[in-house]
Amino acid sequence: MTNLLEINNLSVDFPSRRGQVSAVNKVSLAVAKGEVLGLVGESGAGKSTVGNSVINLLEPPGIISGGEIIFDGTRIDQLSNEEMRKLRGTKIGTIFQDPQTSLNPLMTIGKQLSETLIETLKISGASAREKSIELLDSVGIPDPEPRLNAYPHQFSGGMRQRVVIALALAGDPDLIIADEPTTALDVSIQKQILDLMKSLCKQRNLGVIIVTHDIGVIAEIADRVAVMYNGQLVEQGEVTQVLQKPKHDYTKSLISAVPSGDQKLHRFTVVDYIDGSTEKVTLENVSDHWLSRNKPSNTHDIAVSVKNLSIEFSIRKALFRKNRISLKAVDDVSIEIKTGESFGLVGESGSGKSTLARLIAGLYTPKSGDIDIFGHNVLQKTKKTKTSLIRRKMQMIFQDPYSSLNSRMTVEDIVSEPIRFHRSTRNQSEAAVVVRDLISFVGMPSTSLRKYPHEFSGGQRQRISIARALASRPEILICDEPTSALDVSVQANILNLLKDLQEELSLTMLFISHDLPVIRQMCDRVAVMQNGRICEIAETDTLFDHPNHEYSKHLLGLMPRMDLFRL
Amino acid sequence: MEKLDQLKSRWKRFLDNDIVYSFFTTPGAIIAACITFIAITAAFAAPLIAPYNPFDPAQISLWDGKLPPAWADGGSSAYLLGTDNQGRDMLSTILYGGRISILVGIAAVFLGMLLGVTLGVISGYFGGFTDTIIMRIADVQLTIPGILVAILINGIGRAALPLELREEFAIYVVIVAIGLTDWPQFARVARGATLVEAEKEYVQAAKLIGLPKFTIILRHILPNTLRPVLVIATIGLALAIIAEATLSFLGQGIPPTTPSLGTLIRVGNEFLFSGLWWITLFPAIALIILVFSVNLLGDWMRDALNPKLR
Repeated sequence: MTNLLEINNLSVDFPSRRGQVSAVNKVSLAVAKGEVLGLVGESGAGKSTVGNSVINLLEPPGIISGGEIIFDGTRIDQLSNEEMRKLRGTKIGTIFQDPQTSLNPLMTIGKQLSETLIETLKISGASAREKSIELLDSVGIPDPEPRLNAYPHQFSGGMRQRVVIALALAGDPDLIIADEPTTALDVSIQKQILDLMKSLCKQRNLGVIIVTHDIGVIAEIADRVAVMYNGQLVEQGEVTQVLQKPKHDYTKSLISAVPSGDQKLHRFTVVDYIDGSTEKVTLENVSDHWLSRNKPSNTHDIAVSVKNLSIEFSIRKALFRKNRISLKAVDDVSIEIKTGESFGLVGESGSGKSTLARLIAGLYTPKSGDIDIFGHNVLQKTKKTKTSLIRRKMQMIFQDPYSSLNSRMTVEDIVSEPIRFHRSTRNQSEAAVVVRDLISFVGMPSTSLRKYPHEFSGGQRQRISIARALASRPEILICDEPTSALDVSVQANILNLLKDLQEELSLTMLFISHDLPVIRQMCDRVAVMQNGRICEIAETDTLFDHPNHEYSKHLLGLMPRMDLFRL
Repeated sequence: MEKLDQLKSRWKRFLDNDIVYSFFTTPGAIIAACITFIAITAAFAAPLIAPYNPFDPAQISLWDGKLPPAWADGGSSAYLLGTDNQGRDMLSTILYGGRISILVGIAAVFLGMLLGVTLGVISGYFGGFTDTIIMRIADVQLTIPGILVAILINGIGRAALPLELREEFAIYVVIVAIGLTDWPQFARVARGATLVEAEKEYVQAAKLIGLPKFTIILRHILPNTLRPVLVIATIGLALAIIAEATLSFLGQGIPPTTPSLGTLIRVGNEFLFSGLWWITLFPAIALIILVFSVNLLGDWMRDALNPKLR
């Protein structure tokens, strides 16, 4: 089998005013026809840069500083822009991450497809229309003919990504480069798209390069895999061989950091390859420390009790009631979280799980229903002081580490704010000591106190958020997708930290995630949510082994195939 | 010693800052900043560097009135840019007039910013009815040309003052008039930025800590809305200087006894057809240079602070 695409010793540099950054360093890859190559790595590994340099769409000021790219026997890295443009249309198709932005919202699907077809295949409008229908049919869009006149917003995310794939196939290419094609999609749609890509690859004998951070995607679709770390290729080979018997240490740690859906581990295998965090300092005698002081002996077994909670968001405002449209984000939900347990909330995007968390935290006011925290109804209008005292025992860790810290405050100011505001230490100097303890407790060096948030990576910022939450001495910690914006290796570190904290401080935890394996590792009990309703509440092991509700079964069936990674 | 090292590292970090870097690599910004700096220093150091004091009757002689610039026929080397009809040295009057123009501009922008940002942040954070009321008032004000609003407020302000105080307080009336005209721009920008910031998770974290609303606004939201506000404040400064000049030109602003650049242009305008061009031309050039450089600075700042353009 001859190689369709060969990349030899490719190097890409990004010159900047602080010196050259070498994004890709002497990478050699090859893709044959009918083969799916997975290019995997964490953020900043240079995997997308490799993909972009093949189609000559490097973001300025990036330049190819060495090596060659050979496509179908000819060198393409030195082609002019015009020649490259023709090649991109006809021989190489591209699929981008976000189907929302890769289609023109002002043009119908049919127009976009036939425009591409007429340009690349030089055919007439009528036959372009026929070909478009054929293409849409081949990417699995049911009843394609009337849909040619639809606009992108009339399609769902998964459907839109199918249209993008159809567009990429329009010029009848030999090679497809897909950059994180399923990252913006829900798991259930992810699987469909991957299956489609795989079957198209085999049917049409295409070469496919899939760039992704997700080993699950690789396990699902790739024939061969190349692992990148820090601009270098650390390992490549057959997918089963690399995933089951990885040779390089980085690959090993990357694979071990992926949470497993089938069994519960005590702790994640910590990857020491990445993230500049220091070891977490275990405080001596946590029970004597400020953190545990002032803790009333709560005799309530139920930390949070939610009864028939509902909230609506208005989608269309109107003067008359009948014209108003509203969305029931949380619809008649009742859950109970026991003191000291770790309660999971799982569901796909739009299922209302984050809204429920914000309702419990008091950031939204519900339309109806009751919330009791340690037996105190926090929604009643009287006893406001007691309510605010109780509310303070509940803190939240947010999804996006880049917007959850005020960029104009130093880390010290951020962490000490709750202490200073509530005067919860005896004096200033004790506060300073406590802040220092907190920051080392979450595994950050005390030198970080004087820095600003932008000087830290995503994982480190998440640690700072955790320290800030702890500074209020919470008894209930709400974690809203705390690791979904992070790389797997960093995720493992943060999840371990949360587990440690929960044990040492005996916290009650509400853990929200769309990621089933993470839920399995973190939670004692789980509630499955869909369209604002709870489908099923069960012990974690029961749910994973014997799901009751149809939707839970469906979700579990979509978990990436973990049997491939048995070390 | 440690202090010195700290200062050094701070300075290094300052130079490393993207905005500072962008400043030193944009020649336009450097030139504009230099001219603005020179103009402001010259204006404020006017009593020290001006060859005459135009407000001191002892230094004015009507005999020297209407002299052309030094290089023209009949010019005197004692008066570089000539003299006006009352025999005041043009160079000195421009320096003193520039001082008043800049002072009025800065004070008016500051007033407009104070009012606009306060209302804008309140409007953005609380939303609902408060928001509707504040922003509709702003909208209504924006439908009337700014200079008309300023003339109106200025007229009301003068009428409210007793006759003998009018001259003395004219400058404050002008500041208030321009400040009250300016605020809707600030309110809109501050409201937009507040809407963005209030949605961010650090604000929600602050709510969970239990901070009261006004602490959240002051400590968390306000500092994060100041970037765009700073940009329009710089551009607003140029506009305020022009607004003051326009008011004075129309005879509504600063009286001729303590002339601003606008007053000088108006006074000179009366003599333009008698061939005394210098009385109006030099203040006009000074005004143009000042406004142009402040505007350039504002443009650069808008680009440098906009992450999308970098």
